[in-house]
Amino acid sequence: MKWKVKVIVRLKEGLNDPEGRVIGKALRNLGYAVENLRVPKYFEFELESENPEEEVEEMCRKLLANPLIHSWEYRVEPVS
Amino acid sequence: MVRFAVVVFPGTNCDFETERAIRKAGAEAERVWYKRSLKDFDGVVLPGGFSYADYLRAGAIAARQEIMGEVKEFAREGRPVLGICNGFQILTEAGLLPGALRPNKISRFLCRWVHLRVADNETPFTSLYEPGEVIRMPIAHAEGNYYVDNPSKVRIVFQYSDEEGNVTEAANPNGSVLNIAAVANGRGNVLGTMPHPERASDSFLGSEDGLKVFKSMVEWARR
Repeated sequence: MKWKVKVIVRLKEGLNDPEGRVIGKALRNLGYAVENLRVPKYFEFELESENPEEEVEEMCRKLLANPLIHSWEYRVEPVS
Repeated sequence: MVRFAVVVFPGTNCDFETERAIRKAGAEAERVWYKRSLKDFDGVVLPGGFSYADYLRAGAIAARQEIMGEVKEFAREGRPVLGICNGFQILTEAGLLPGALRPNKISRFLCRWVHLRVADNETPFTSLYEPGEVIRMPIAHAEGNYYVDNPSKVRIVFQYSDEEGNVTEAANPNGSVLNIAAVANGRGNVLGTMPHPERASDSFLGSEDGLKVFKSMVEWARR
């Protein structure tokens, strides 16, 4: 069966996100009261699989995230 | 004569300089495309550059290539494995060294000379340095901010310092925990360094301080 997968990988709480800091500062310079901007990574793909959640979890652990510094979440939906 | 492989991934760009530094240190060196085998070599060096354009995370994709299985064998057998800059990033991503290299604390690419304090001269890569010696090498990285959960358990080899060897906040270019610039595995036969020893291996480059990394490694591999 074929699935549509959406994965978000985030730097763990408390870890400095320099890219987010710079973008947040740029928005503040434009006059917006932005705080704590973070830049997660977003992946989407289609996956042919019998156990999509298990496989996506494994993909996150093996490559998409570095478990030492990242957390992740994902959504799996059947391709209509 | 001992022979070192200098592994080349798509995007590697410090392979020639590294090969030259190893030869200057008295061993044979050969640039090896990542799809080739590492058999017939005594040690392996993962040089600097931008493997796979640093997509996803620096070193992440190179760390999952088949050749890394052979690099892990080298590490397990106690043979020398040296990762420089992108090579260090690959070694942490492959789980051969503890920790991770995050984007620099100040959000830009850093390319400059730094002072380093030799924190551990008992590894195969640092045996020719004096303990506490202060040396100069260049850094050139966007993701060199070393992080590890428990730094007290890590074998720290070089730390960013001032000219006198004081490990201070001001001397830390990228935000690394405890000013860590290079770490080894527990046995010492795997070393990752963000500063580039090959770019400090000849007086015309501005320093020869990095050459001892290669000389130590070659001397050790000869035994």
